[in-house]
Amino acid sequence: MIRMETVTKAFGPKKVLRGLTLNVPKGTSMVIIGGSGTGKSVTLKCVLGLIAPDSGTILVDGQDAARPADRDAFLARFGMLFQGGALFDSLPVWQNVAFRLLRGALKKPAAEAKEIAIGKLRRVGLTADVADLFPAELSGGMQKRVGLARAIAAEPEIIFFDEPTTGLDPIMAGVINDLIREIVVEMGATAMTITHDMSSVRAIADNVAMLHDGVIKWTGPVAEMDNSGDPYLDQFIHGRATGPIEAVR
Amino acid sequence: MTRLLSPLALLGALAMKLLAAIGRVAIFAVDTVSHLFRPPVYPRELAISLLHIGWLSLPVVGLTAIFTGGALALQIYSGGARFNAEAVVPQIVAIGMVRELGPVLVGLMIAARVTSSIAAEIATMKVTEQIDALVTLSTHPMKYLVVPRVLAAFLTVPLLVAVGDVIGIAGGYTVAVKNLDFNAAAYLKNTVDFLELRDIVSSLVKGAAFGTIAALMGCYYGMRSDRGAQGVGRATKGSVEAAAVLILAANFVLTGVFFSI
Ligand SMILES: Nc1ncnc2c1ncn2[C@@H]1O[C@H](COP(=O)(O)OP(=O)(O)OP(=O)(O)O)[C@@H](O)[C@H]1O
Ligand SMILES: [Mg+2]
Repeated sequence: MIRMETVTKAFGPKKVLRGLTLNVPKGTSMVIIGGSGTGKSVTLKCVLGLIAPDSGTILVDGQDAARPADRDAFLARFGMLFQGGALFDSLPVWQNVAFRLLRGALKKPAAEAKEIAIGKLRRVGLTADVADLFPAELSGGMQKRVGLARAIAAEPEIIFFDEPTTGLDPIMAGVINDLIREIVVEMGATAMTITHDMSSVRAIADNVAMLHDGVIKWTGPVAEMDNSGDPYLDQFIHGRATGPIEAVR
Repeated sequence: MTRLLSPLALLGALAMKLLAAIGRVAIFAVDTVSHLFRPPVYPRELAISLLHIGWLSLPVVGLTAIFTGGALALQIYSGGARFNAEAVVPQIVAIGMVRELGPVLVGLMIAARVTSSIAAEIATMKVTEQIDALVTLSTHPMKYLVVPRVLAAFLTVPLLVAVGDVIGIAGGYTVAVKNLDFNAAAYLKNTVDFLELRDIVSSLVKGAAFGTIAALMGCYYGMRSDRGAQGVGRATKGSVEAAAVLILAANFVLTGVFFSI
């Protein structure tokens, strides 16, 4: 479904991706882990074409992500939760969630769109009365969940979650983990999730990939994660301060 | 030799930078126009922009114009008195407001009020990834953010200038009649008789040009903003500087076009 082949990306002198190769089969859930600042968010943005890679190829269903024939149709297949939420602060919550349903190809009557938005908000553990608030009136965790509701609102085939449970309480994190699992299993969506939360990894992932030094250091099924024998992965999942990964990067 | 040439090299580098910037702005402007004529259009966004740029700018435009018109009448009266030409107050106020001060002052007020707010808003959207989010939601930022604002400014700023012209003349009229003992009816007749169609057309054309410049600069700097609060600050400052200078330069060119013959 998504094939990334020796993708590189540098910002000025800073080489972030140095030949990243990753394969995400259709209908599976891939979780990307890795240190802060290693380029996980950049990786997702490259697939969406928000950042142009310097070299390498990214194919989505065989289609070149950098130059899709119809960019709107290409993007309509995706849902994305941004790390910072990226909610439109000029619009009330429900219009954020229903953004795609209020304009363009999927346009629906406003009342219907609002209905759907409230349904999605409920799925991320928010009640109907937040619908008419503005994003600035919500707490950080609530904003994150609104972002999540927006990402899944149009029921996309491919969903990217950039740290979906960061900033949530453990119970809400559990709810969100279940939701992501559900979306993959029931709706057959293909998911790529970035997270630092190891319990989240175990709850969501079919496969895990670890990004370090601009390449995928290890990738495999989540069940093999604990006895991979890879020192980088071991250090990371056990959160050890000492090991091959330096603490100061 | 190199030392001798270095000021030249510096000048050259500066000129190249300037040309590159002009090129980028031109590309941005052409891009905006090309999106103007391609669907989808966002009528709601346009309506909001019309409200913010046009309607809500009325108070500041009115106040600017009335004080300027009043001050202009006083100045022309006292200046004109030196060669017994006090009587030309209505004509000079009318010409001064309609040809120059109306469009320029409204343009600069729009640069202060609208350009800055557009730049800050779009730059904030950029640094908080809202622009990226728009793209992933299959919405083109040029169409959704830039076109409505530029179009709204293009349409409403000429009207604001017209309002400013009228209020400015009214300010001059009030001062002249109340403080300088002008005859009210004669003042109005002199004003109306003296103004030509060309004066009014030039005023409106300038308004459209300045409005377009103001909104375009706000959008351009906002979209190119660097990351962080500093990025937003720089984008806002740059947009207002560029809009103000370009408005004054465009005013000079347009005045030349309209009145040099
Ligand atoms: N638009 C950009 N311009 C310049 N540098 C960037 C840009 N986006 C990302 N970077 C740099 O690329 C590197 C990777 O960033 P990225 O956001 O992908 O990290 P990450 O792995 O998601 O980290 P975290 O877990 O903290 O979110 C960082 O060093 C960052 O400074
Ligand atoms: Mg990140």
